[in-house]
Amino acid sequence: MSHGGGGKLTQQLIEKMFVPAFQNPYLQQQHDGAVVSVQGTRLAMTTDSFVVKPLFFPGGDIGTLAVYGTVNDLAMCGARPLYLTAAFVIEEGFLMEDLWQIVQSMKMAAEKTGTHIVTGDTKVVDRGKGDGVFITTAGVGVIEHSLTIAPAFVKPGDCVLLSGDVGRHGIAVMSSREGLRFETEITSDCAPLWGAVQALLDADIEVHCLRDLTRGGLASALNEISQSAKLEIEIQEESIPVEAQVRGACEILGLDPLYTANEGRFAAFVPEEHASKALKILRENGHEPAVIGRVQSQSRGRVVVCNALGSSRILEMIMGDQLPRIC
Amino acid sequence: MKYIDEYRDPLAAKSYLHEIRKITTRPWMIMEICGGQTHSIVKYGLDELLPKEITLVHGPGCPVCVTPLEQIDKAIEIASKPGVIFCTFGDMLRVPGSKRDLLMVKAEGGDVRMVYSPLDALKCAKANPDKEIVFFAVGFETTAPANAMALFQASRENVSNFSLLTSHVLVPPAMEAILSSKENRVQGFLAAGHVCAIMGYEEYLPIALKYQVPMVVTGFEPLDLLEGIYFCIRQLESGEAKVENQYSRAVQREGNRPAQLMIEEVFEVIARKWRGIGEIPQSGLGVRKKYHPWDAEKKFNLDDQSVSEPAECVSGQILRGIRKPMECPAFGGRCTPEHPLGATMVSTEGACAAYYRYRAREIREEAAL
Repeated sequence: MSHGGGGKLTQQLIEKMFVPAFQNPYLQQQHDGAVVSVQGTRLAMTTDSFVVKPLFFPGGDIGTLAVYGTVNDLAMCGARPLYLTAAFVIEEGFLMEDLWQIVQSMKMAAEKTGTHIVTGDTKVVDRGKGDGVFITTAGVGVIEHSLTIAPAFVKPGDCVLLSGDVGRHGIAVMSSREGLRFETEITSDCAPLWGAVQALLDADIEVHCLRDLTRGGLASALNEISQSAKLEIEIQEESIPVEAQVRGACEILGLDPLYTANEGRFAAFVPEEHASKALKILRENGHEPAVIGRVQSQSRGRVVVCNALGSSRILEMIMGDQLPRIC
Repeated sequence: MKYIDEYRDPLAAKSYLHEIRKITTRPWMIMEICGGQTHSIVKYGLDELLPKEITLVHGPGCPVCVTPLEQIDKAIEIASKPGVIFCTFGDMLRVPGSKRDLLMVKAEGGDVRMVYSPLDALKCAKANPDKEIVFFAVGFETTAPANAMALFQASRENVSNFSLLTSHVLVPPAMEAILSSKENRVQGFLAAGHVCAIMGYEEYLPIALKYQVPMVVTGFEPLDLLEGIYFCIRQLESGEAKVENQYSRAVQREGNRPAQLMIEEVFEVIARKWRGIGEIPQSGLGVRKKYHPWDAEKKFNLDDQSVSEPAECVSGQILRGIRKPMECPAFGGRCTPEHPLGATMVSTEGACAAYYRYRAREIREEAAL
């Protein structure tokens, strides 16, 4: 199971199994999607499978995730999302009305992002062989600018922008799965990100890299980028927005919001001189962004967190899933 | 966030550090007992902010770390049986026994479930009368009352398909074991706040007196720890050896009596083996005879087995404050959280795991230079 947590073990599986087996220059980009060129037009392609328990959670459901997740991966390549595919693996006995609700969510999410679900597939498996429904989506988007947005283009001195508070999705799903109740309900941050990315690109912000903070959270995203770019990233802990409810839940459960999943947040790497303009644009697009750190000139792939007390620590890549502590 | 931010305030922390510097004239070695305290110290880098005269060593108060291999093997044996639903706190899932861990049992089809409370495991037993539900009751005095309560309720309501696999340990005997050792270097203790919230701190008074060591009941936030260290140094510098309570917002001298009564009802004090340290007399809790029908070791007729730890692992010395994690030649190389050799690397609260997580790469890079 730990190989699916988005941390070190997932990374090892990819690096040791998939990358060597499928060996090609596109895979080497180590990004959320691949950018390919077709007759002079640059396209981005990506795919993602969605397994979530429970299927419906505060702020969204597996259908919303399946559309936004893929749309966001395209957006992180700087591509305008265009067409999606959807494949369903449905467990025998799954309620039609639940499936209908999921399909409606997908329809709405596609409309909201200006994408079309143009082809798909359905398979049904025996009862007990699936967990309700699994959805796989793939997407194609078009790149309409001349920038190359990828970890390799991150430069020393770049500012790390975070698009909003972290940790909501993971805590929302976990609390509804485990039946934990808090004073006010924590809802998932599940949202499309292309609008914000498009606004940055339209304003000629020189975006070097984008990464959505899904499985493994902010910590895993920054570690992946730092390791691909072979540059140290230093972040300031107190500048990372975490909503009080999420912080409280993490304190109680012994979890770290920096490792907790998000579905509507991203980190952007931009040159320092573009940072304040980028912040302004993100704010105008309904986000509450913050500059959380800078890329250092040391050529070693690691993330250092400085705290308000004046000391620092390494932000390690997580091993597998976070496990709540005994006491 | 209320009740948290006040205890992480950087200005207040700086003024504590200033006061500590002012009163420190000689080298001192202080042990924090609890793994949660170790975690906070390393996460916030408090040890690096303290004057260089003060050395913090990390105590045996990590329940995951000190649970003996034999007990984990027993858990794995029970969890692998058909018809069993094995319930546990999350962080025991990844702890390796002598061959496997509970996550592997789950991957092989065993019904292993993560719960947040032993009472949830009891609920599971009521909902699944055709299955045997076993809860892995691990921990110090902190988790003992809730585990005792689950067992007490099971007996009162006659839930016969519920049992506890216990591996409970007690803090004061471990402190005595450390202090009475010839190799001991510890001069003062930060006692574990949460343990004292249950047990109070009267039982520490004779230990402080006998061994002439200051003991400060301390919380877990950065300011709690700095204040605890300040109290401890103040005593050491003035030659005192008394028990002080820094964590007065949670701890009273007599502790939580109803919780203590529940522990006494269900458990009795027995000798326990501590992973990395060995057997300590009177250092654990076992299920009383009248509750044996709910004791998983009796129910499943498990044999006592003895498993030896890898010879290379120095976790026993680390848990007693004799060595620091980086002084171990296997640290970060042959011993990592993915492939732990012993107790202190297996849990996130173990001292080696905390150093590995927050400092390891720096250390390895320095070693490579």
